[in-house]
Amino acid sequence: MIYVKARLPVQFYFLLVRDKRSGCDVAKDVAHFDIGYRQCLAPEGRPLDGLPEFARDAETLIGLYRAMVRTRTFDAKAVALQRTGRLGTFASSLGQEAVAVGVASAMRAEDVLLPSFREHGAQLWRGVSPLELFLYWGGDERGSDFAGPRQDFPVSVPVGSHAPHAAGVALAFKLRHERRAAVAILGDGATSKGDVAEALNIAGVWQLPALFVVTNNQWAISVPRRRQSAAETLAQKAIAAGIPGEQVDGNDVIAVHQAAAAALERARSGGGASLIEAVTYRLADHTTADDASRYRDDAEVSRHWPEEPLIRLRAYLAETGHWTKTDEEKLLAATAAEIDAATSAYLATKPQLPESMFDYTFERLPADLCDQRAQALAPAPVAEPITAR
Amino acid sequence: MAEITLIQAVTLALARAMEEDPRVLVLGEDVGADGGVFRATEGLLARFGAERVIDTPLAEAAIAGLSIGLAAQGFRPVAEIQFTGFIYPAIDQLVNHASRLRTRTRGRLTCPMVLRSPSGGGVHAPEHHSESPEAMFAHIPGLRVVIPSSPRRAYGLLLAAIRGADPVVFLEPTRLYRAFREEVADDGAGLPLDRCFVLREGKDMTLIAWGAMVREALAAAVALAREGVSAEVIDVATLKPLDAETIIASVGKTGRCIIAQEAPLTGGFAGEIAARLAERGLMTLLAPIERVAGYDTVMPLPRLEHLYLPNAARIAAAARRAMAYA
Repeated sequence: MIYVKARLPVQFYFLLVRDKRSGCDVAKDVAHFDIGYRQCLAPEGRPLDGLPEFARDAETLIGLYRAMVRTRTFDAKAVALQRTGRLGTFASSLGQEAVAVGVASAMRAEDVLLPSFREHGAQLWRGVSPLELFLYWGGDERGSDFAGPRQDFPVSVPVGSHAPHAAGVALAFKLRHERRAAVAILGDGATSKGDVAEALNIAGVWQLPALFVVTNNQWAISVPRRRQSAAETLAQKAIAAGIPGEQVDGNDVIAVHQAAAAALERARSGGGASLIEAVTYRLADHTTADDASRYRDDAEVSRHWPEEPLIRLRAYLAETGHWTKTDEEKLLAATAAEIDAATSAYLATKPQLPESMFDYTFERLPADLCDQRAQALAPAPVAEPITAR
Repeated sequence: MAEITLIQAVTLALARAMEEDPRVLVLGEDVGADGGVFRATEGLLARFGAERVIDTPLAEAAIAGLSIGLAAQGFRPVAEIQFTGFIYPAIDQLVNHASRLRTRTRGRLTCPMVLRSPSGGGVHAPEHHSESPEAMFAHIPGLRVVIPSSPRRAYGLLLAAIRGADPVVFLEPTRLYRAFREEVADDGAGLPLDRCFVLREGKDMTLIAWGAMVREALAAAVALAREGVSAEVIDVATLKPLDAETIIASVGKTGRCIIAQEAPLTGGFAGEIAARLAERGLMTLLAPIERVAGYDTVMPLPRLEHLYLPNAARIAAAARRAMAYA
């Protein structure tokens, strides 16, 4: 593991500049900060330094690799279903699997995940089923009634607006003296939002057991990272909130897992909140409704392909003798079979009954809404044949 | 039984709710040591401690968002937004999350939270402190909107709002906070959240109001009685969900209807009530429905606010027009 503090030389100095006219123009350095960058595996799979303890266990790494492949298989199927008119608009996580899997694998079952809309890998790791994800993206609310992680939040479509919920969930843990943490995953665009600034500030001042993960995939639909913020890093958004912030290679699942595990352990043991900026790249369009070629050169995308997260872990596992071509073929066949079965189950799922639209609006249906429900359930009026008058 | 003001009734209900349910938390700006800018949370910090009476940083969206996280985790947060003029950053949280968490997870996660806020004009407050945005909230599916107009109703409705499992926006008419006293029994009895209150029975017309306009409607009814006109007065304390039955039955009996609201006319909740009557009570009407409302102007600063706010005289004038019509 290499922890480079100098990769982005970010140093902040708050200066107390006194009135020059008085002759007392003495600058006093009252605080300064730096942002570190964490990376364990180079893009071609070469370990940069001694790997962290957990990464010496090949089975652990194979588990992470399987989860990323499973995510990518789900993702590809979802895009294919959308392209053939069988799924709604879908946000692909192609290329970002290491962030979702790295973070989720560092969580405990009793922690709570508050995802944005591109964290399929984290949701799958935590026990949301591919069928449930297909249902949600296929336009069925039952897809957010997870059988697995019952307390995890559904995806937040309005960007960054779920960050304060994470603070609220974390406050609940703190008030109940539970050793649990809330994890919100956000995008780079979300860091421009007031909700995120408010949540970070509160998580800092109350020392809440929360982790905010910024998946910096370089693009907020068509707006590149450099046009999102003048800050050198998004990790430094933590500094103003008074919480630890660090950058991590978001295509390096080992580094992401290590950073998240450390932040979560700190959170659960009363050390407060953290922010991790996971630097990755959105290899796909924003969603299936987007055409990134309108604003992004294909050459830029091509340059990022060699850095994607599956290549390096697979290369490392192969290099260390823990992964063969046969293993790879078996894994691809197994994940394809699982996702195909989920697809069949999804396509065979009948839509909800119309009354479901009403029945969860309030705890008990108010009289006023009963009338509307009855109208909705009434048989459609039979059209009178049009006859000449 | 003590005679108390509406604001004291709010405090009484908060204390009662916190006493009976350890999951109830109070949070907001200055709700702790200061007891809230209107003193709604006076004494609660000393009684229940800083873990249950929580001063937040100055961040309205986060106050609503925190409450959603707490509620989904099983707490019963009662958040205060200092004035409705500052509630708008929280609307995103209410529209996109609080009001739909239950339905979008098919009941897996729920959001039992109350967002309290002083609302309305008439107290010569600074800019942004006098608006009546209730119709905005009433338009949000899955959200309850409650506006008390007396100490007793404030107590019972707030208790019911806190005990319920749905998100509630609870708008307290600033002008009525200390306008009058009423005997309130601290008996823990909640009031229904889906019923209008018929405050005065009458046979010639129905005056419909909520919040501070209820007092004006009652005063108008007294004035009209002196002229031999018998007016029924209905307090629509729970705008959402609306108890349309009580309103339609009343107008079915009286044949005339005046609706008073402090908020601007266009898109206001009086329009919704008028529409219900047009759909289901049109043939019972003897005269056109009239709305007595604020104007479609920006709420004026204190020197002109008395010209903006509807009052008993304007309501009575509308009533006389209705009597003259038929």
